[in-house]
Amino acid sequence: MLELMQQIVNGLSLGAIYALIALGYTMIYGIIKLINFAHGDVMMVGAYIGFFSVSLLGTNIMVAMIFAMIACALLGVIIEKVAYKPLRRATRIAALITAIGVSLFLEYTTIFLLTPQQRIFPQGAFPVHDYNFLGLSVSNKDIFIFISAIVLMIILQFIVKNTKTGKAMRAVSEDKDAAVLMGINVDNTISMTFALGSALAAAAGVMIGVYYNTINPLMGILPGLKAFVAAVLGGIGIIPGAMVGGFILGILETLVSGYGNSLYRDAVAFGVLILILLIKPTGIFGKNTGEKV
Amino acid sequence: MALLKINNLCKSFGGLSAVLNFNMEIRENELIGLIGPNGAGKTTVFNLITGVYKPDEGEIIFKGENIGGLPPYAICKKGIARTFQNIRLFNNLTVLENVKIALHKDVPYSLPAAVVRFGSFYKGEAKIEEEALKWLSLFNLDYKKDEIASNLPYGEQRRLEIARALATHPTLLILDEPAAGMNPNETLELMELIRRLRDEFGLSILLIEHDMSLVMGVCERIYVLDYGQVIAEGKPEEIRNNKRVIEAYLGEEV
Amino acid sequence: MKMLETRWGKFIIEVVALAVIFTLVQYFITAGIFNQYHQITLTSMCINIILAVSLNLINGFTGQLSLGHAGFMAVGAYVSVVLTKFMGMPFIVGIIAGCLGAALAGFVIGVPTLRLKGDYLAIATLGFGEIIRVILQNIDYVGGPAGVVGIPKLTSWGWLFAGVVVTIFVIQNLINSSYGRAIISVREDEIASEVMGVNTTNYKVLAFVVGAFFAGFAGVLYAHYFYIIKPETFNFLKSFDVLVMVVLGGLGSTTGAVIAAVFVTLLTAVLQAFPAVRMIIYALILILIMIYRPQGLMGNKELSVKILGRIWSGKDGSFEDK
Repeated sequence: MLELMQQIVNGLSLGAIYALIALGYTMIYGIIKLINFAHGDVMMVGAYIGFFSVSLLGTNIMVAMIFAMIACALLGVIIEKVAYKPLRRATRIAALITAIGVSLFLEYTTIFLLTPQQRIFPQGAFPVHDYNFLGLSVSNKDIFIFISAIVLMIILQFIVKNTKTGKAMRAVSEDKDAAVLMGINVDNTISMTFALGSALAAAAGVMIGVYYNTINPLMGILPGLKAFVAAVLGGIGIIPGAMVGGFILGILETLVSGYGNSLYRDAVAFGVLILILLIKPTGIFGKNTGEKV
Repeated sequence: MALLKINNLCKSFGGLSAVLNFNMEIRENELIGLIGPNGAGKTTVFNLITGVYKPDEGEIIFKGENIGGLPPYAICKKGIARTFQNIRLFNNLTVLENVKIALHKDVPYSLPAAVVRFGSFYKGEAKIEEEALKWLSLFNLDYKKDEIASNLPYGEQRRLEIARALATHPTLLILDEPAAGMNPNETLELMELIRRLRDEFGLSILLIEHDMSLVMGVCERIYVLDYGQVIAEGKPEEIRNNKRVIEAYLGEEV
Repeated sequence: MKMLETRWGKFIIEVVALAVIFTLVQYFITAGIFNQYHQITLTSMCINIILAVSLNLINGFTGQLSLGHAGFMAVGAYVSVVLTKFMGMPFIVGIIAGCLGAALAGFVIGVPTLRLKGDYLAIATLGFGEIIRVILQNIDYVGGPAGVVGIPKLTSWGWLFAGVVVTIFVIQNLINSSYGRAIISVREDEIASEVMGVNTTNYKVLAFVVGAFFAGFAGVLYAHYFYIIKPETFNFLKSFDVLVMVVLGGLGSTTGAVIAAVFVTLLTAVLQAFPAVRMIIYALILILIMIYRPQGLMGNKELSVKILGRIWSGKDGSFEDK
């Protein structure tokens, strides 16, 4: 029982990271119905910015995270304006291919500029301590990840629920044409969504750097894909769904590698994905809507 | 014997009854109208009959067999064909191809014959082409056979949809607002066409229509639906003077 | 000239044209005009054509967005390698078993997932493709993550040529028949198609199984040319590669898929010379083509001699989407 609790606690920080990435996926999907395959790579860029901020500028990890978030928010907006905006009226599949193109571009530009080698996140930036309570061991690393993720999620909830921009975002994802008629600037709202989503991904990138200690230019692919699964699991386009989906996936994955075969860890995400799609394709929080005839 | 008999059909969406205890009987070669205010559940009835929706309760007896809950393609094969309120053609395909797809259910050659191109494929294709052209010429569309369906003017799209439905060789044809968007002249032509189809092919026809002149002019019996329930049934002149029908259309205060 | 326009006339022209192409390339290979590098490019090209044309059946003609093609390719590759390398069976047995194995995988995956639509289907097929990969990684018999090394080189130009011709022949004949029209009607309007008597589920599964069958074929040819197979080779990025070709060529155009497969293979070969920036350029080209021609090279039109003639005479050079 205690070991199970320990695994769940271990899974919480990984889940928090997935949840943060999943939020960006779900917000972007909600607003322009695009599976932004480049999202994981934005996270990777965030991890690198955090890395350089700590190793070259010598900032602490919080400042590094803020730098990464600001830079990636900008990057997200640029990607949207340059690559996705021209395709807003094109088919979904053309947009999907473009997203794949952007993803490859980010990965291989990073490789070109920074070599494909993986880099070790400086240990000095984050001295690890383990704490014990109630027989569970928790490192300050996990506590840091978990708490900062929760804080970011609360801020996001506040923005989406209470600010004008947040209301505009919800309006645009509900019905773009009606939002235009209500005087909402759709372009700005979409940019804002990309900025927010990318900033969260950047934070997650820095956290992954702390969590695994290493970063490399292709690190975004798999967590990105898994975070997308988390978003689908919770119900794509639904913000609380992405959070819950992220935590469920993180915990499940930790349990499988803790108890079973760690080689099957990656299959868990996809197994969960297929189960949810076959049982309730709209996800845990999704509403079932049939096609109107 | 009734061709189609619907008993106590019910369907609700998220707790809201769209169709409640609906009963209907269509005899062979009859021309029936289904009318009612917007949102009364008429299209839902059509979707239930053609299998697009599954009924919650009740039975749909067609030629003595309960077809309620069968998938649409199976119901089509039993002999029910329909058109849609918002025309649903195969938009990127030609007029001819649209009709050919309706003929697929009786495809005269096997899949291996198609892939390896046996003689039966060529013979079969010739037969399909001939029959598809026959249906098009009946609706004066043969001269546009190679036109892309979505490029046809509105009235011709409606006609093509009916041609396509007929090509499945139905015994019951269901038309969802066939006169929608037509001018009075076109509506008159359509009335003629509907009567002619019924007589020529021995069809039973069920239609939803908002244009009262068309319904009253062409239908032999009319069902009136309001809030998912039948509130009146009878000959056009009976319906015209039915108090409940007038109330349903004009509101309680009349 | 009249005789050439009949069914048999066309058939004879096609056979002659194919024989000429085959002999010419075979001559280039035997005479050493094609060096090793050319031959590798040629092999990749043929494999890519088979993959693109078969995925186009699923994505382009049936309109079902599948991202699991690499998984079927993997099944074909592994099944055939087990038979040829481990059990010493002849190549033809490996080919047939590889194709059928992939088709079976297509059936098993297609039946439950094809109820899903659009993005959900895309993600589910991507998930299944990845699961195939993870399962292969965990089978020690076929080398786990390290894969199988030392596969006999049985894929010859003859087999590649046959693979391409059979794939195009079968898929084109299927599409240009009543069954093909039923398949296309699913893409156009699933509900209308169903109401017209088309069992849409059956046709989706049919397209999926046929597509998987040929992806398996491509996998067999790949494994028996490149000496080594690893599960990692068949990850979802490989499926993306094929999807890129299909969309570049134009969804629903077989000639488009062929041209795009040739183009992408040549592009990759040319970019080989600039390893540092190869993928960056590839990514940029991808993005630019999608921005300036999102319907792909051919739209859903087929390139035929007739259209070429018209372009030549300058009468109507456009095959724009209407």
